[in-house]
Amino acid sequence: MSLDLNKIRKDFPLLSQDIYKKPLVYLDNGATTQKPQQVIDAELEMYNALNSNIHRGVHYLSNCSTDKFEEARKKIKDFIKASSDKEIVFTAGTTASVNTIAFSLGEYWIEPGDEIILSEMEHHSNIVPWQMLCERKGAKLKVIPVLDNGELDIDAYGKLLSDKTKIVSVTHVSNTLGTINPIAKITEMAHSKDAYVVIDGAQGIQHGQLNVKDIDCDFYVFSGHKIFAPTGIGVLYGKEEILNKIPPYQGGGDMIDTVTFEKTTYAELPFKFEAGTANYIGAVGLGAAIDYIVSVGIEDIAEQEKELLEYATKKLSSIDGLKIYGTSENKVSTISFLLDGIHHLDTGMILDKLGIAVRTGHHCTQPLTKRFGIDGTVRASFAFYNTKEEVDALYDGLLKVKELFG
Amino acid sequence: MTLNELQDEIIEEFAIYDDWMDRYNYLIDLGKDLEQIDPKYKTEEYIIQGCQSKVWVNADLVDGKIKYGADSDAIITKGIIALLIRVLSNREPSEIVEADLYFIDKIGLKENLSPTRANGLVAMVKQMRLYALAYKAKLNG
Repeated sequence: MSLDLNKIRKDFPLLSQDIYKKPLVYLDNGATTQKPQQVIDAELEMYNALNSNIHRGVHYLSNCSTDKFEEARKKIKDFIKASSDKEIVFTAGTTASVNTIAFSLGEYWIEPGDEIILSEMEHHSNIVPWQMLCERKGAKLKVIPVLDNGELDIDAYGKLLSDKTKIVSVTHVSNTLGTINPIAKITEMAHSKDAYVVIDGAQGIQHGQLNVKDIDCDFYVFSGHKIFAPTGIGVLYGKEEILNKIPPYQGGGDMIDTVTFEKTTYAELPFKFEAGTANYIGAVGLGAAIDYIVSVGIEDIAEQEKELLEYATKKLSSIDGLKIYGTSENKVSTISFLLDGIHHLDTGMILDKLGIAVRTGHHCTQPLTKRFGIDGTVRASFAFYNTKEEVDALYDGLLKVKELFG
Repeated sequence: MTLNELQDEIIEEFAIYDDWMDRYNYLIDLGKDLEQIDPKYKTEEYIIQGCQSKVWVNADLVDGKIKYGADSDAIITKGIIALLIRVLSNREPSEIVEADLYFIDKIGLKENLSPTRANGLVAMVKQMRLYALAYKAKLNG
């Protein structure tokens, strides 16, 4: 491995603690990631020295705060290779971003009888806002099926596309299965029907280099807390041309140009979509998180995660009666599994007592777990700070579970 | 035995286990031994949807006392169900309605019954009390 894990783990204060007198093995990174000291320090500095409301102050601190906030926006723009700062809208997270698009793009673009294509592996937050839009506008949802190996059925997707298709919204990476979807191809196919493409990047953003220009998607959304940044901050990337066309989602301060009781004109991008005081301290934390992962090395992070995935897949597969859900060649370091005859909750409760944090349940993807004929899985999701020794601890823990319930 | 005497008995049983593994082992055994419920009660109508484990519970009134039956798809949950049934079943509705279930806390399983846990147990205790309340009203009516 090219990363110095001893050094890296020291950057994450939370990781070095004991849980029930056993060393914490944190394998729930798909739910949220831990924060490096650099991110915590950036937030502290804001509160300790620079806090002041952004964009409207005449005074020194307000300007400092505004500069930090806008610097963070630029870091994100560079990180995802967007064309301009105007394309980076700060939101509360992925869910808020999807809701914003479903409303604003929906108002502009959706008519009765139009079709919106999602996939069977979507997180509920990339299903429900579109259902609400469909109800509002009399549009219909179409669903791309998932194959047995956890990949999207791209042939079926091709058949779902038609002149009625107006929006395609799919996840970059399945939070439950770990499958990496061919989002550039999905985008190209949708564009051939003049449909807009929304990519849910909640599970995609933290696993490698992203280039929204190459993918050519119209929107890409993600949450800060899944990429080592604080909670409550997220990003909505949208192509400038489209963001200019669609109406704002929420009204309020900061998103206006002039307000009279007769008519309000809206601010320029990206502020048009940032009503109210933004979570500027969260945004600064997100900027610091991006600085951190760039300094560790995005390629090295991806390499370390790949090694962990291969090691863990091999090790877990050797357990008799363990079935992995999601066996695509293109996967991030997430493994969903069940031990034969043992409920995922029972497995998770025993692992918990061994200091091992995993997720159990349907992972907010009920249509997907239903598709596999199960009501949940145990999910171990690895980040680059995880070690092979932690995979071994999971393996030993699962043997213990088998012994207890066998 | 009174309801509280039974709770104290369970607390004593658990007191001999000083580590969590033994406690869980005991719960797993209780779960495995839980009396099967009549399949007619294992339907959507009787299900209490927790986020993760499913729990089915029903209650019959026999000679003025409530007889509970319950099941779950998770074994540890079933073990806790077995304890609840042992404490609450075959009692008069009013006794169940007024019961203070302190044994859960004392045997170190409180975490499983906090309302933020999504394993359906909080809802199950609530449902058991609701059955008792309904039968109490029926008896008084």
